[in-house]
Amino acid sequence: MQNLIDNFFSYTITGLTIGAVYALIALGYTLVYGVLRLINFAHSEVFMYGTFAALWVVMILGGHPGAGVGQVIFWVAMMFVAAMAMSGLIAVLLERVAYRPLRKRNAPPLIALISAIGASFVLAEIMGLRSRIVGWVGLDDTLRDYVRNSRNNAGLPTIIQPQPIFTIGGYHVTNVDIFVIVGAIVIMVILDQFVKRSRLGRGIRAVAMDPEAAALMGVNRDRVIQVTFLVGGVMAGAAAVFYMLKIGITRYDAGFILGVKAFTAAVLGGIGNLRGALLGGFVLGLAENYGSAVVGSQWKDVVAFVLLVLILLFRPTGLLGESLGKARA
Amino acid sequence: MRSTLKFAVPLAVAALALGACGTKGGDTTTPAASGGAAACGNYKIGMFGALTGPNANLGIYIQNGVNLALDDYNKKHADCKVTLENYDSQGDPTQAPALAKKAIDDKKVVGIVGPAFSGESKAADPAFNEAGLVTITPSATNPKLADNGWKTFFRALGNDATQGPAAAKYIKDTLKSTKTFVIDDASEYGKGLADIVRQDLGSQVVGNDTIQQKQTDFSASVTKVTSSGADALFFGGYSPEAAPMIKQLRDAGWKGTFVVADGVKDQSFIDNAKEAAEGTIITCPCVPPDVAPAFQAAYKAKYNEDPNTYSGEGYDSATILLDGIAAGKDRASMVDFVKAYDKKGVTKQLKFDAKGESADIKVFAYKVENGKIVSVGEIK
Repeated sequence: MQNLIDNFFSYTITGLTIGAVYALIALGYTLVYGVLRLINFAHSEVFMYGTFAALWVVMILGGHPGAGVGQVIFWVAMMFVAAMAMSGLIAVLLERVAYRPLRKRNAPPLIALISAIGASFVLAEIMGLRSRIVGWVGLDDTLRDYVRNSRNNAGLPTIIQPQPIFTIGGYHVTNVDIFVIVGAIVIMVILDQFVKRSRLGRGIRAVAMDPEAAALMGVNRDRVIQVTFLVGGVMAGAAAVFYMLKIGITRYDAGFILGVKAFTAAVLGGIGNLRGALLGGFVLGLAENYGSAVVGSQWKDVVAFVLLVLILLFRPTGLLGESLGKARA
Repeated sequence: MRSTLKFAVPLAVAALALGACGTKGGDTTTPAASGGAAACGNYKIGMFGALTGPNANLGIYIQNGVNLALDDYNKKHADCKVTLENYDSQGDPTQAPALAKKAIDDKKVVGIVGPAFSGESKAADPAFNEAGLVTITPSATNPKLADNGWKTFFRALGNDATQGPAAAKYIKDTLKSTKTFVIDDASEYGKGLADIVRQDLGSQVVGNDTIQQKQTDFSASVTKVTSSGADALFFGGYSPEAAPMIKQLRDAGWKGTFVVADGVKDQSFIDNAKEAAEGTIITCPCVPPDVAPAFQAAYKAKYNEDPNTYSGEGYDSATILLDGIAAGKDRASMVDFVKAYDKKGVTKQLKFDAKGESADIKVFAYKVENGKIVSVGEIK
């Protein structure tokens, strides 16, 4: 406990940083749940593909430590482009292959859930076996660096050297910390405005509120669902970039734990609620760090899930507890 | 009638033996042996360890050594070759018992090199002991493994009861650390080793933490280490966690020395941690490649790289089993053969004490310099 008090700001800032990543991934769960009443369990893989896209684009561009500011900004911008494109693509593909055929046949939700879990395994294993897949198509010479040790960690070169910007309560807040936290909040605000003001956003809210009435009013449901998956995927892509900048290492199964945590964050904040996902992500990141400080890092996940159970006991709909349709967000 | 039977029976037996020699259960890498088949047992040795998964490098380094030993043997015994059967545990203790059963059920398997890690050894070795199938581990270093009274357990390297104190000695005497932080990964191997280091360093340990395997975000541990003012950090665990850990510590501006053990002595640690890995000290009861130049040359000729962590130990372990096969031993008599073994191997004098521990033990320190793991000498 003394350790937590002494280093309160350190635990808080680092908790917010990882919480921002949770929050961005949680958006994907929440958006899809809002319009389909379905937990997209393959969303963790959408995130994982984003981390690899971010890594590969830096490798292609020859990213290295100690580059100038302009160069670094270019690399990071390309990471966003690549990761968002990759994650958005995978999410749309997922909807097309794993969900739409089921929806057309009016399958019960449980079937879609199983389809989601299956899709998750397929996506993770494709990444885990990428060296062999590349071998089959005969590209192993050209792509060797990208597929090496395909079941092992893959690390991003340190393109942004963390520099302390200012000190708060003994903790040196670095440029990476600020970038991740501020960046995540900015992206959230943009999304919030998108859902609130744009035509597509209105469509999303309409389908979430009442799919049949929305269809009667001329909203193309399939298109709205596709856009929802795309937006969720793009958010996961952004999360992937922040994750790679902060953690720097990914693996074919990296999505699993992050996915579970982000799902927890979504439920914690109130699933179906965009602002809830943001709140849930930050609360979860903080709770994990505080818990690790007080009872030891090996209890990190236990703290997170005990918190979830407690909140659901007293507030079954989560902290903010509204659905996408009802909330104006 | 009777005379034909007399003639037919040995013929049938010989034919059976020939036939058995020709079929090689699914193994396509080795051509079927032929000729002189009557005495050939078609024996196999098993390689038990992580060959895929995040810790696969450590398993593959061993497997390379084992394959080299097999090549040597099969060159000399072209008429009765021994084949390798792989048991890929991915280093996961939960997969180990089923694989152990598979190895035991295959009566052609006369000995196992492995299990490679301590956790899987603990899970699989009781079954091997019960079945009387000898195991020589080239890499599992948890000391308690030898205390179970398993008759089939042999260890071709020093255990953490020697590695731990050596690491502690290095931290104290060479690094001259006064404030040391100790982290373990709660695994059989990592925790065992970290506990020994904690005990040996005593009051200079300024803080402890335990992480989980597969964890990637170490922000809480990083805060604990940096706020403790530690000038050295010992981590008992494997490279998938060590790489992100040191990266995040360096990102947070921590300047101390990172000390790890054999579980991290793997090129993927450097590939992933990149510049953050520089200066890391790695202790290992494994000999540097230049100790056995002939082995180093043969390894390099086959794999186009220097022998790596436990390649030599893997070679030695396999050689013991192959010598047993050459001496006509089968699964049952192999245990006593290994127990009595006393020959010079590429890494050390190969001889085991009553508990199956290696009698000749050395611990070396390595350092990460310019993206390579280089030896900085024996820790005495």
